[in-house]
Amino acid sequence: MAGILTLISVVAGASLASVNEMTKGPIELIKQQTLESGIRAVLNSNDLQVQAIDSLQEGSVIIYRTDKGNAVQATDANAFGGNLTVLVGFAGDGTIQGYQVLETSETPGLGAKASFWFKEGKGSILGKNPSKNNLTVIKDGGEVDAITASTITSRAFLRCVNAAYEALSMSADAESGATKQANSN
Amino acid sequence: MKYLKVLLNGIVKENPTFVLLLGMCPTLGTTSSAINGMSMGLATTAVLVFSNLIISCLKNLIPDSVRIPSFIVVIASLVTILQMVLQAYVPSVYEALGLFIPLIVVNCIILGRAEAYAAKNDPISSIFDGLGMGLGFTIALTLLGACREVLGTGKIFSMTVFPENYGALLFVLAPGAFIVLGYLIAIVNKLRKA
Amino acid sequence: MAYILIFITAIFVNNVVFSQFLGICPFLGVSKKAESALGMGAAVAFVLTLATIVTYLIQKYVLIAFGLEYLQTIAFILVIAALVQMVEIILKKSAPALYQALGVFLPLITTNCCILGVAILVANGTYSTQGLEPNLLTGVVYAFSTALGFALALIVFSAIREQLDLMPVPKIMRGTSIALVVAGLLAMAFMGFSGVDNGLSKLFGL
Repeated sequence: MAGILTLISVVAGASLASVNEMTKGPIELIKQQTLESGIRAVLNSNDLQVQAIDSLQEGSVIIYRTDKGNAVQATDANAFGGNLTVLVGFAGDGTIQGYQVLETSETPGLGAKASFWFKEGKGSILGKNPSKNNLTVIKDGGEVDAITASTITSRAFLRCVNAAYEALSMSADAESGATKQANSN
Repeated sequence: MKYLKVLLNGIVKENPTFVLLLGMCPTLGTTSSAINGMSMGLATTAVLVFSNLIISCLKNLIPDSVRIPSFIVVIASLVTILQMVLQAYVPSVYEALGLFIPLIVVNCIILGRAEAYAAKNDPISSIFDGLGMGLGFTIALTLLGACREVLGTGKIFSMTVFPENYGALLFVLAPGAFIVLGYLIAIVNKLRKA
Repeated sequence: MAYILIFITAIFVNNVVFSQFLGICPFLGVSKKAESALGMGAAVAFVLTLATIVTYLIQKYVLIAFGLEYLQTIAFILVIAALVQMVEIILKKSAPALYQALGVFLPLITTNCCILGVAILVANGTYSTQGLEPNLLTGVVYAFSTALGFALALIVFSAIREQLDLMPVPKIMRGTSIALVVAGLLAMAFMGFSGVDNGLSKLFGL
């Protein structure tokens, strides 16, 4: 009686192990492809090479350095209903090239508008530079039009963008500092 | 003929959502759009068909005392396989349904059909029972998703019916799920009486 | 302070029933009387907290340790089923009064998707931790608060349904139909809490 249950469990476990083995490759491949196409999309370039990947602040910010600029992935934990993860593409001088919302626990239709809202019209952040433009919502004294009825999401989104830029410029400072040091030695 | 009757039983007479009121969590949680509702319905159908088939084949092997745990092991394995396959080959569906994929395990429809139908009938009619119940569930979820999507955003299957600005976003949000389902059940009640 | 925030967020802002759609079956099924709603709420709080601790430990020290993450669903549901059985037996032997109160609800809990759902969320660390590290303590606080949110939803809803029985509801809407519409109105009320978590986190200086 218990034998049958054990038998069923063993068969189930074995079949799961084999399916896991079979799907492991495709899952990895898809994750990689999504990431690569994301980086291409936010940097507006179909032909780029990822040269280095830096993980900062325990993985909450990841910088993908490419020959066409930098793509930075940043997460904000205080979005509406959980985490918001955004991938932002910066040109060499810090100008925003594009962005993509990678993870959101937002209500579809409302907060999910973030995936296109900040690309057009008064809400657009494209072509702006976090070091020159105040990228916060108008309500907070900034210059970005918040998503209608979704200020929390808009704030979380812009926090991600600013955090991404900050991490990027800080790591750039550290790097150029390190190069300087290396040169002076 | 007999199989057709079994099939239609699940879709119309004992529709799991509108009549039996089973599996309410995914019904409400995944129907923010028609396509999401349909994906959830089809995923559940796949598990239901295979669990009914396997359990019906094993019914004489499994002693009564470990019946329920054995069923749960079979269903949980099928759900995990589905989860891995979706993640590997249809990642957009995997992303959209999220937590509700592993939760298919505790969908009362599946264990309910295993216990009430597959454990007593032959494999072929069990497949049709699973298919009928699954399609009934899929139709209900798609309908609910379509209603919420059109009322909330003016679209059906992402095709614009009327401008988005006239949509009442409430229907895409959590309260809309409860309210739309409540009225759909009332309409189905009315139609069944007629 | 962040723990208080997790607590408040899980109960009001991200209420398990009204915004996450978990545990709807018992929410609709056991809410006809306020008394049974209280019993069910208590039983869920007890089992959910216990199940979260056990499944978290299993995830960390068995599944991840041996690279068996793909067995998560199957392992968790079996553990929860076994746990419910065990709680039932222990309560029957040691606390008959408590068993009298909760006993009938225990078998229903195995298929309550809020138990498995919360266990998976905590084990994978994909819940709102308010900036804290997702570990066993935050997981337990989150699970317990979620269960309280479930109990609150159930009790409020059952009180309304008791009143609803006395109302002249149109014939085709009696039963589940009107109950769902009422639940929708309650969900709308709970939406009023959205954003409270952000305000509080500023107030607490997090």
